Amino acid sequence: MQSADGARGEVTVLGISGDWTVETVGSVLADTSSKVAPGRHLVFDGSDLGRFDTAGAWALIDLKRRQEAAGGSAELKDFSKSATSLIAEVDPLGRDPLPEPERVNPVTWTLEEIGRGAAGIVDDGYALLAMLGEATMSFGQLLLLRRRVRWAALFNNISRASIQAVPIIALMSFLIGMIIAQQGGFYLASYGADVLVVDLVGVLTCREIGVLLTAIMIAGRSGAAYTAELGSMKMREEVDALKVLGLSPVEVLVLPRLVALIIALPILTLVSDLAALAGAWVVGLFYIGIPTDVFLDRLKSALTLTHVLIGFAKAPFMAAIIGLIASVEGMKVKGSAESLGEHTTAAVVKAIFMVVVTDGVFAMIFATIGI
Amino acid sequence: MDHGSHEAGKDGEREAVISARGITVGFSGEPVLEGLDIDVWRGEILGVVGGSGTGKSVLLRTIIGLNARSAGTIKVFGEDLDRMTGEERQKIGRRWGVLFQQGALFSSLTVLQNVGVPFREHMRLPDVIADDLARLKIEMAGLPADACGKYPSELSGGMIKRVALARALALDPDIVFLDEPTAGLDPIGAAEFDQLILRLRSTLGLTVFMVTHDLDSLVTITDRIAVLGNRRVLVDGTFAELKKFDHPWVRAYFNGPRAEHFTFG
Repeated sequence: MQSADGARGEVTVLGISGDWTVETVGSVLADTSSKVAPGRHLVFDGSDLGRFDTAGAWALIDLKRRQEAAGGSAELKDFSKSATSLIAEVDPLGRDPLPEPERVNPVTWTLEEIGRGAAGIVDDGYALLAMLGEATMSFGQLLLLRRRVRWAALFNNISRASIQAVPIIALMSFLIGMIIAQQGGFYLASYGADVLVVDLVGVLTCREIGVLLTAIMIAGRSGAAYTAELGSMKMREEVDALKVLGLSPVEVLVLPRLVALIIALPILTLVSDLAALAGAWVVGLFYIGIPTDVFLDRLKSALTLTHVLIGFAKAPFMAAIIGLIASVEGMKVKGSAESLGEHTTAAVVKAIFMVVVTDGVFAMIFATIGI
Repeated sequence: MDHGSHEAGKDGEREAVISARGITVGFSGEPVLEGLDIDVWRGEILGVVGGSGTGKSVLLRTIIGLNARSAGTIKVFGEDLDRMTGEERQKIGRRWGVLFQQGALFSSLTVLQNVGVPFREHMRLPDVIADDLARLKIEMAGLPADACGKYPSELSGGMIKRVALARALALDPDIVFLDEPTAGLDPIGAAEFDQLILRLRSTLGLTVFMVTHDLDSLVTITDRIAVLGNRRVLVDGTFAELKKFDHPWVRAYFNGPRAEHFTFG
């Protein structure tokens, strides 16, 4: 790695010694950049060279080019045969400068991003409507018995989206029911109205919390899974293969998942409602001290069928929104792993946001018609 | 567990860079490879062939340590892989390069960044040098400089193989493992790839372990061919030798309609 130099008039001999490999190239380059001798003839003497590889050859060529660029000349002397052939291999390469990456103005970049984001919302709206339209058409074909129903895919998807989600939904709702009952009970007790906890939990969970929490959970669970599945099928050209075979990806891939979610979410909502009530009952019995018969009696008078049905009415709409967003995002995945992650994240975030918005819209509608 | 007829490591003049003995690999049930012995000599291009499901890729993955084996020893540069510390193992890893069948490029990195990964991660070279070296390897693999900024999803199959080769060769390894390097390339691209490997072998002194089904590659660039079958190496030798070997599959392979026109002496 050391270079011993001796000047002979116009000629400078630069001894290339030690190892010139990828391990040492960093320090070799740092060492030798000072050896460039403008206007002189530089002779690289390779008789003392240790280990040598492509990186070393490149470092040597780089030095030679810099010497020539500085107005001097250079030649190689006494390099072994293998080193010479390696140098000859590297010599013609890397001559043209790499194309510079385009410079971006941060202001225009920010404006562009905002514009793209806004246009993206419109595009998303179109894509969702297009997907909804296509899925509805396919569903219509099924109802008219023009197409075969894919029972196996449908039941498989229902099982994955509902049965396998029951334990986590039940556990989470049970805990939420307990928490609401405990918190509500704590404050209502100061008015001596602790039995009203049953009204609170019953109406709140069945009308709002049960379906909302379930939908959010399913958006994170099944929605993310759908986007990842469709996205990786898109990446591996499986979606294209379906199209070429004359099949509609929406009918084969999206519809079974969408229908499965629309069936699964009301079922899971029921599970969630029951689990939350069970949680409230446990807290009522052991923490607040509401006997079981009082709990049931109170629940019967407070929780009308309307409340329960309002909860259920929202479930299919939320399911459709989750399924459509997940499918649209899945179909937008491009070639890279990064893009898959990006769209899966987007699917979950958008689905949860839209589920909450939908819940708000329903609340407004029900308030207007007075139920 | 030495099943070898000769002592592992040295055989006269030749030095084994890889020497595997008694390799047994199985995935839940029947073993794919059983008691397999194989040597790879320094500086040679070894072709590995065999019918579908005979474990060619499994053998390659086992040698580089991606598959667990239930028995056998593998010595690389004379060192037993099982007796190495993690650090020694990592050092060995830098001395081999692997070209996966599908290229296995990192899809979120550009071509230049893909090839630069070994320089940055193992050598901790400054970015400027890493980029220059990566670019050199890309050009050595026969790609134009303007491919550097592209992402893997924008490349053709042949370009992906070349970038993958550039990445495999980044640290000037002693051995490269190639898993079907010419599969999916057009004949011109495949022939160029063969010549590229030959040229790199002579300039870089590579040893090549190549799983392939390309008869042209086998004839043009391999020094020796090992045929897998019955969960072990059935036979090894040059193309001309294997043409004369008496085994139904080997005969069908080396004397079939596609191999007929390759005649020797």
